[in-house]
Amino acid sequence: MEIWDVHCHLASLPGNTPDARLARLLEFADRMGVERVCVFMGLTWSYDPSPADLRQQNDEVLAAIAHYPDRAFGFVYLSPKHVRESLDELNRCVADGPMVGVKLWVAVRADALELDPIVERATELKAVVLQHAWMKVTGNLPGESTPIQLATLAARHPNAKLICGHTGGDWEQGIRAVRAHANISVDLGGGDPAAGITEMAVRELGPERIVFGSDAPGRSFASQLAKVYGAAIPDDAKQLIFATNLKRLLKPILTDKGLSVDN
Amino acid sequence: MPAASIIDVNITLGQWPTRRVPCDELPALAAKLHQHNVIEAWAGSYDGLFHEDLTAVNNRLADDCRAQTAVRLIPFGEINPLLPNWQAELARCAEHHRMPGVRLHPNYHGYALDHPDFALLLKAVAERDLIAQLTVLMEDDRMMHPLMRVAPVDLRPLAALVEQTPGLRLILLNALKGPRDDKLIRLLNTNGVYCEIAMLEGVGALEQLITEVSVEKILFGSHAPSLYFESASLKLRESALPVPHVRTIVQENARRL
Repeated sequence: MEIWDVHCHLASLPGNTPDARLARLLEFADRMGVERVCVFMGLTWSYDPSPADLRQQNDEVLAAIAHYPDRAFGFVYLSPKHVRESLDELNRCVADGPMVGVKLWVAVRADALELDPIVERATELKAVVLQHAWMKVTGNLPGESTPIQLATLAARHPNAKLICGHTGGDWEQGIRAVRAHANISVDLGGGDPAAGITEMAVRELGPERIVFGSDAPGRSFASQLAKVYGAAIPDDAKQLIFATNLKRLLKPILTDKGLSVDN
Repeated sequence: MPAASIIDVNITLGQWPTRRVPCDELPALAAKLHQHNVIEAWAGSYDGLFHEDLTAVNNRLADDCRAQTAVRLIPFGEINPLLPNWQAELARCAEHHRMPGVRLHPNYHGYALDHPDFALLLKAVAERDLIAQLTVLMEDDRMMHPLMRVAPVDLRPLAALVEQTPGLRLILLNALKGPRDDKLIRLLNTNGVYCEIAMLEGVGALEQLITEVSVEKILFGSHAPSLYFESASLKLRESALPVPHVRTIVQENARRL
């Protein structure tokens, strides 16, 4: 099956440069049959990045993907704590650069009004917005979003193409939280390969709203691919999840950038 | 993917109390294992974590394993050293059911590894030439039911216990989840201590682990049906391992034990 991965990182890989790290990630991707990876965030992370930090991390991703234009897409990392600078980064990396999506992590919760100008501009650019989301019984970080908060954002922006990172962590709640919002897809990556996650997502959302993500290299491609390979769902649903759905989400922006996508 | 037949040392029969999963009925689980070339699986029981009547739990486990023919299932009875007369249950597991080992869940049974009865249990297990399987955690602690939050087993007392228990063969299940610290690696390099790969995470983590721990200490475990079985089997493809190492992990180490 063709596999596109919506959720990869450069941190915690060996290599002194961003492109060396991406090269290492792609070695493992090759072994596992992953053809395309979306990467975001740089070599060193912080929960509440400054504008300079955001710019540096985005520069690192730009440097990495420049070496692998046929294998890797970049998502620009933004923080709603710094709206003006985030819009500048969005324009630099997506409108005027090669990136195709936005990554929001844990600086500000997804239902905050500060996200509105960022999501509006991303939608104008036809970029997808991947929001990290977890619902932890151990307690979330102060700015960490739940899938319920992402659903609030989705209601304000029905034309935005939103992706719920980690299927909300506690996926049994996350899937229910986003179910009513057709503009939210769920990214399967980043949690344990707990049996049943994919079957429930298909049952509640339909296979068209699920995209494969690994959260590699922190997670192994193996454990995350198992969520689809091991699920009791039809093969055509697996292919939708592995690549077709992400291609559909990215096709408008890739077309604008002069890149063709087969379906 | 492994060419050799697999011995999976970490499966569990029954149903997890907070979730039904696709292979939590034995025929479906056995079919899944058979489909993936598993010829033998070492099975515990979810009931063993919660029931006090472990004799009934272990009887059912032994019966279920015996009745299954698609895959050879080897029962590992549950022992709780805080229950009265656990020694008799250990004897039943060894002598009546002829189990090769027992499975322990200290965090679900409410004792720390420095409890004096745990040392007695390890000694008794070793004297009977049984294998001890100690499960470090069952699920991501961020995902637990709010009324069933159970911390991973604190392994710090183990190094001293292993040293003072000659002949012990101890397999740590689900021990390799988070960042591995030097103490865990040192423990795994101690004589008689083994691990499996069900919760091992990170790209290429298995090939990295082999640089830190002898391949003779690593077994194949899936933690099925709680986790998708394919997670463990795909790790063998993700890491670039020589074929003899794959065989050692998926079968030979378990056979030797």
